[in-house]
Amino acid sequence: MSAPGLRVVRPGLFATIQDLGRVGYQELGMPVAGALDPIALRLANALVGNPAGTAGVEIALLGPALKVEAESVRVAVVGPMALRMEREGQPPAALEPYRTHTLNCGDVLALGAVTGASVAYLAVAGGFALEPFLGSLSTYVRAGIGPLGGKPLGDGARLPLVRDAAPGGDDVELPEPPDYGGGPVRVVLGPQDDRFTAAAVETFLSATYRVGKDADRMGLRLEGPTLAHRGSADIPSDGLVTGSIQVPGNGQPILLLNDHQTAGGYAKIATVISADLPRVGRLRPGDALAFRAVGVDEAEGIRRRQEQAIAGWIRAIRTVRPAGGVDLDALYSENLVSGVVDIVNGNGDILNAENMAGNMNGRAS
Amino acid sequence: MAAIGDVRFTTAGDTAFNVEFGEGIDRPTNARVMALHARLKRAAVPGLVETVPTFRSLQVVYDPAATSRRVVQAAVEAQIVPDDAAAAEGALWRLPVCYDPELGPDLEEVSAALGLTPERLAALHGATEYFVYMLGFMPGFGYMGDLPVELERPRRTEPRVRVPAGSVAMAGRLTTVYPWESPGGWHLIGHCPVPLYDGTRPSPVLLAAGDRVRFEAVDRAHHDALVAEVAAGRFDPETLRASA
Repeated sequence: MSAPGLRVVRPGLFATIQDLGRVGYQELGMPVAGALDPIALRLANALVGNPAGTAGVEIALLGPALKVEAESVRVAVVGPMALRMEREGQPPAALEPYRTHTLNCGDVLALGAVTGASVAYLAVAGGFALEPFLGSLSTYVRAGIGPLGGKPLGDGARLPLVRDAAPGGDDVELPEPPDYGGGPVRVVLGPQDDRFTAAAVETFLSATYRVGKDADRMGLRLEGPTLAHRGSADIPSDGLVTGSIQVPGNGQPILLLNDHQTAGGYAKIATVISADLPRVGRLRPGDALAFRAVGVDEAEGIRRRQEQAIAGWIRAIRTVRPAGGVDLDALYSENLVSGVVDIVNGNGDILNAENMAGNMNGRAS
Repeated sequence: MAAIGDVRFTTAGDTAFNVEFGEGIDRPTNARVMALHARLKRAAVPGLVETVPTFRSLQVVYDPAATSRRVVQAAVEAQIVPDDAAAAEGALWRLPVCYDPELGPDLEEVSAALGLTPERLAALHGATEYFVYMLGFMPGFGYMGDLPVELERPRRTEPRVRVPAGSVAMAGRLTTVYPWESPGGWHLIGHCPVPLYDGTRPSPVLLAAGDRVRFEAVDRAHHDALVAEVAAGRFDPETLRASA
């Protein structure tokens, strides 16, 4: 067989290769780019046994269909989307996200609509055999930088695979989708909150904004109450970060995402804290959001706790339970009280044990 | 918002902060930015991801999962030296430019607005050695100054949706070469036939913050010959480096 790969047989709407960003070249004016929802990419990589920063496919709106041109491949999808497998001579089979699937040569992985968030991620065991540019496989479409000519996956494109076959072992799953939290998006005021009137800062922290239709990987135009500057909206251009909320002269804020320019000349009222960036990266046009101010120390603490939570979700990855059976490993790892396990061992009351495991996971099996 | 001396720290969330040395766009302020940028590169502070120099401030990016603002700011403060200026001067580049109304569609309009002939505008623009204050907007886009006061014009009220790559442009007291086709609001006065960004080079961006640039007027025939040379892959950008 020729070099292993995935062939794009239907392109989808906007799927790009992304890792955790082209970090360290902003002094050249090079945007960082990278996954809008790094939590989902990290979990997809964990499911297939990759290092966290391995590049995957970021899928927006509607995913591509990928034909397996390898002996086999193990994939994982993390994010709220529909997917199915098309296998020669069989009816299409719906597949679940938040777990791995092992596909064979000739199978087509048809990635459908992303619903409930702007993006979802596909990771493949071993990763893609693509040449990094400035240390990264992230795609920055605006300047055509990154793998595949810096473009979204097009019809007929081929994603070469590092592995020619899936690793051994059973398929695994996340017990439940990651919890991104709710409530107002947390921000640290500044770096130029002093360029706004006190009333504007108060409005910003109390109003509800809506994501406008101009929403892409560069940023989200927000619609809501106008924010008044003290004097001009313009400043000498200075650095931007993912999460910067800049306000041009029209008073309507723009929340910058991963493909933001490295520097900009509009006053910035606040910055989304790093722990809430995956949440805002998942927002879609029409979504509502509000903001709450926290201090830098608090933001750093929230981030540290989030990292612990992510590590916990990764530790909880478990073998997929065969349909109708019970996974004793999962029961033990969930620290069920010995009495429950005794029920399984003593009475063989499998139905009861399954219900118990379902309750522990917070969702019906 | 802490300050030491006249240096001010502003906060960009829990991943970055800015060290501000002043309010305006001027060489002494920018020299202090570049000096701290150079010192922090050498210092290799744990958890510091990168520093990004801009006109009057240095953005310090850190990883909040690995360190904290408190620790990184203390390390940065230790590197701030009074009256500091970058130790080494940047490279000097000679960039060809064709001041032709066909290639610089605003040349005639902006000349008229300034009360100059296009020839006089080109002569003034080409007679100055410019300093690259910072890169931004797009990869390789250099903000260069200072333009002679006679050429100062606010940017266009209606930005263009598409500015061709290589366009030489000016706005305020600044000038640039657009490395990419992109939207843009500066006045287009000519075209530079050699690429300021080339992804096939190990370091794809020609200019660095702190470099200096002289524009050298070339006629249309010379310009077109250089375009052909670049297209054929026969152009060596090192030939643009002026020997000191």
